[in-house]
Amino acid sequence: MIPAAFDYVRVDSVDGAVAALTEHGEDAKLLAGGHSLLPLMKLRLAFPSVLIDIGRIEGLSYVRRDGEQLAIGALTRHCDVNGSDALAEHAPLLAYVAGKVGDPQVRHRGTIGGSIAHADPASDLPAAVLALGGELVVTGPSGQRVIPATDFFTGFLETAMSPDEMLTEIRVPTATAGHSYQKFVRRAQDWAMVGVAVARYNGTTGVSLVNMGPTPLRAAAVEAALASGASAAEAAEVADQDSEPTGDANASPEFRRHLAKVLTRRALEEAGL
Amino acid sequence: MKVSIEVNGKTEEHDVEARTLLVFFLRETLGLTGTNIGCDTTNCGACTVIMNGESVKSCTVLAAQADGQKVLTIEGLGKSQDDMHPMQEAFRQNHALQCGYCTPGMVMAAVSLVHDNPNLTEAEVREGLEGNLCRCTGYHNIVKAVLAAAGSGGGDL
Amino acid sequence: MSILGNRVLRKEDPKFLTVGGTYVDDIRLAGAVHVVYVRSTFAHARILSIDTEEARKAPGVVAVYTAADVDLGPRPPEMPMFNQAMTRSLLADDTVRFVGECVAAVVADTRARAVDAAELVQVDYDPLPAVVDVETALRDETLLFPAAGTNLAMDMSFGTDEHFMDGCEVVVRHQFLNHRVAPCPLEVRAASAEWSPEGRLTQYSSTQAPHGVKSGLAGALTLDEAQVRVLAPDVGGGFGAKMGTYPEELLVAWMARKLGRPVRWVETRSESMVGLGHGRGQLQEVEIGGSRDGRILAYRLNVIQDGGAYPAIGAVLPFMTRTMLSGVYDIPKVEFNSRSVVTNTTPTVAYRGAGRPEATAAIERVVDMFAAEIGMDPAEVRRRNLIQKDAFPFTTPTGTVYDIGDYGRALDLALETADYQSLRAEQKQRRESGATKQLGIGVSVYVEITNGMPSSEFGAVEVRPDGTVVVRTGTSPHGQGHVTAWAMLVSEQLGIPIESIEVIHGDTDVVPRGVGTFGSRSLQAGGVAVNQAATQVVERARQLAADLLEANPDDVILDKVGQRFHVQGTPTAGRSWKELAAEAESQGGLTAEVDFTAPGPTFPFGAHLVVAEVDTETGLVEIKRIVAVDDAGKILNPMLAEGQVHGGLAQGVAQALLEEVRYDEDGNPVTANLADYAFVTAAELPSFERIAMETPTPVNELGAKGIGESGTIGSTPAVHNAVCDALVHLGVRHVPMPTSPQRVWRAINEANGKASA
Repeated sequence: MIPAAFDYVRVDSVDGAVAALTEHGEDAKLLAGGHSLLPLMKLRLAFPSVLIDIGRIEGLSYVRRDGEQLAIGALTRHCDVNGSDALAEHAPLLAYVAGKVGDPQVRHRGTIGGSIAHADPASDLPAAVLALGGELVVTGPSGQRVIPATDFFTGFLETAMSPDEMLTEIRVPTATAGHSYQKFVRRAQDWAMVGVAVARYNGTTGVSLVNMGPTPLRAAAVEAALASGASAAEAAEVADQDSEPTGDANASPEFRRHLAKVLTRRALEEAGL
Repeated sequence: MKVSIEVNGKTEEHDVEARTLLVFFLRETLGLTGTNIGCDTTNCGACTVIMNGESVKSCTVLAAQADGQKVLTIEGLGKSQDDMHPMQEAFRQNHALQCGYCTPGMVMAAVSLVHDNPNLTEAEVREGLEGNLCRCTGYHNIVKAVLAAAGSGGGDL
Repeated sequence: MSILGNRVLRKEDPKFLTVGGTYVDDIRLAGAVHVVYVRSTFAHARILSIDTEEARKAPGVVAVYTAADVDLGPRPPEMPMFNQAMTRSLLADDTVRFVGECVAAVVADTRARAVDAAELVQVDYDPLPAVVDVETALRDETLLFPAAGTNLAMDMSFGTDEHFMDGCEVVVRHQFLNHRVAPCPLEVRAASAEWSPEGRLTQYSSTQAPHGVKSGLAGALTLDEAQVRVLAPDVGGGFGAKMGTYPEELLVAWMARKLGRPVRWVETRSESMVGLGHGRGQLQEVEIGGSRDGRILAYRLNVIQDGGAYPAIGAVLPFMTRTMLSGVYDIPKVEFNSRSVVTNTTPTVAYRGAGRPEATAAIERVVDMFAAEIGMDPAEVRRRNLIQKDAFPFTTPTGTVYDIGDYGRALDLALETADYQSLRAEQKQRRESGATKQLGIGVSVYVEITNGMPSSEFGAVEVRPDGTVVVRTGTSPHGQGHVTAWAMLVSEQLGIPIESIEVIHGDTDVVPRGVGTFGSRSLQAGGVAVNQAATQVVERARQLAADLLEANPDDVILDKVGQRFHVQGTPTAGRSWKELAAEAESQGGLTAEVDFTAPGPTFPFGAHLVVAEVDTETGLVEIKRIVAVDDAGKILNPMLAEGQVHGGLAQGVAQALLEEVRYDEDGNPVTANLADYAFVTAAELPSFERIAMETPTPVNELGAKGIGESGTIGSTPAVHNAVCDALVHLGVRHVPMPTSPQRVWRAINEANGKASA
């Protein structure tokens, strides 16, 4: 319940955050909404010696349409992603999924950047961004770089960011041809036992899986099957290909595989396929 | 470190450890023990307060993060026991509390919920309170109270 | 105008709603230090050494204790019928027997520093094999208590007849696990202790039974009871688990004496999930036999009760299971045997229903299986076997005497309210169309026992010269609303409005004796005591008024509205309550004290019907409707009674559908926080459809039975039956509880002849 002690640093700019990360090294963690990090710290599963509070950086909470792309500031809270008219109109999958994270109180604090950077394979938003074929804009000492979502999630709670880099923007294409998010839970506030996100855009269909491996996964076999003319039901049969679901109190790996297929079929159907 | 937080309309300036959670700041530094702690995994919602007009779980906010912000706790919601907020009144009228432990957090969560959406359906109330656990009431009367309050100022802030 | 039977709003609420209750950890004690316990991370191990040096040196630390420092002996098992070698050290001495057992206590000037220092305590464990399930425990290969020579804590066997099912055309047999659940009151355990310079202990305790805590402390610390005061302030739920004295609480008092400073303790939820006792934990072999036309002729239940590591109340609850064995049915022959064993898990305790849900869940589930076997509607099978309403008082084959009931009417009301025929029609239609989401209808008809072993309860009423009333009660409400309910009872007798009636509970200095609140006993024990004290005060006042008015007491009447006594026919010749109380001051006051013991238990009953929708592809279950008919005799405050039923329903549904305590094969708890334990939320439940029946009991003057546990007892099998009913046409015989999506999926696959993992 009570975290281990730490030093607290507050920054008011991205440059300040990057400088602080550089200065404090691997023992420092960024603090945005804190709803991924603080729960771990309260159980003393994480005990960074420095917390860099980036919550007050101005200009990092926004949803902007740039042509065929939408740009979302990393500090945009889940409630604001969920309530964004621009996203509702141009990338409804993302708006919808943000409304499924945690509960209302969590959504008032948690940020899309925090969730993506935390990279929990059981989280909703990383999978949504993956399904949308999004990009992550990351800022470090040598400036900005853009990492495709497909390259961003490198392992369990690991991303392609360096320790001195900060996620500053999330970009997704406009995707209005159909979408669905099937989040399988026993209780509304639970993490997904298995989840499937589908987004249709640019004549293609992106399908991603939640909690089917150490990272959010693109269901590449499903996408390939669809591309070669398979029906939703046929394509869904290969939903679990190349996934590595684990077993836990809720579900065995086999049950997860089964759910992935059922939910993929339902998601594709709901998305209009 | 020093924090300055406006709590129930009053500016509170105190020295705290960086690791001090907002819920401990409220309960121990300020002695406002109405807000309760029911878990250690951000699930139960007993610690819910309203910060800058929105419900938050005060166990998962550092006092440092609340520095310079406005916090409303159960103690600041109504005027007095005889002049309660419509949500508090609705809870009383509908027997929406038994042991009272989840109640402050539940009331604050409900006020924020109705504030954001005054035209809630029952399903929306139930989902909206997914982050607040109660062991005594079975939620039935809480849902009734929230729906009753929604029409009569239950989301007023 | 009687106040009884009305939906009187609670006097308790304005405080709870505006400033919140005052719970143990809200109370500051000047100069207090804080204790945090170091807990075992092994289910079964020898303790080779405990290194406390680093912890002692940590900032703010005042003391660190291990078993070697504690001069209080190990506690014998709570019940005399348990194997007496199964003793428990307050801090584990050379052996730990469950994950979460206290191994050391770290005391510091702030809680945060105590938590920091606790991390520095190093315990060297030598792991032993962990015994995690009851069947393994029975084999006595690894003994938890070598001195006991066995893992059997209590044997309650009555024998078995190999010809028991002779004459039964149909016999259905199954094994059920009435699985472990966690009580999860929203307020975890907390205790604070402060000693006066004269050696008197004041203990604040989050308890359901402060007088019991007082005795427990006095006994453990070798004190005269007069040297102990226990205060239960507001308590955030208990559900049976906050009875008796846990080791942590005893140690708090001991440490406060040793240190000469107040000590405060509150656990975290993660600690509570392993440190507060668990509920249920019965492995059941169930057998039912009868005729093809639906008559039940024989019923047999064999139980292995999981007592956890140190036998406590949970280990003796099979006694209550046996008491309610045959439920609402008139069954000619029954058989029951139980054995309670220890396992390397958290000790089991009473939890809402305490032994009776286990009885109802078993018989109601197997009756459905019997119905399926003979191809008869489950409601019809029940109807053919219910004890008839003119058969009361009814003595069951296990010797329990039911007071009064009308089970047929309860069942009728439930079926009517639910429109049973339409539900069956919809179910049929979905089956024929092969719908993905199938409908299940689950029925349960239950009877349960409240105030099972009647003990005396204290009630006192005093009218003060200012015309207000003080009521003192030995019950210990923690959400039940006794302040309002007892005020109603007294107001009814005296005519003084409830706003002027104060009800005091939870302070053993002010309330000299009491038993507490559990087992749904309070109204029929404590309420009756208060009611009798009130009537005695009325009689005393009448006598006093008669003396003052020089009239015959038989001619003196109480004008309740006017709040005065006067001579019948002569309203001017009278005395008000205030005047009489003032007059009585010199004679010890206008007061009465009653210790009331009910002549026997009472038996609330009812019928629950649940409609569940099961997604046959994913196994997900959604509860669509919950219809609950409950009869608890004459209802004092329908609003409070409903609240109790609602809360009970939620917990009963939760056990059937969601909640389970799980351990891995090494005895590590897997569901030890509220993220992993599926505590039911508002989103998983519908609003309840509750129908009240009122069949007053002859057992007490209020006609009242208990109601606190009925909701839980009836609903678990109703949900369970609904889920199984949704799948029975697919060849599924049974789905174990809780009916998680995976269990449903596996049951469907099994019925299809598919192997699934």
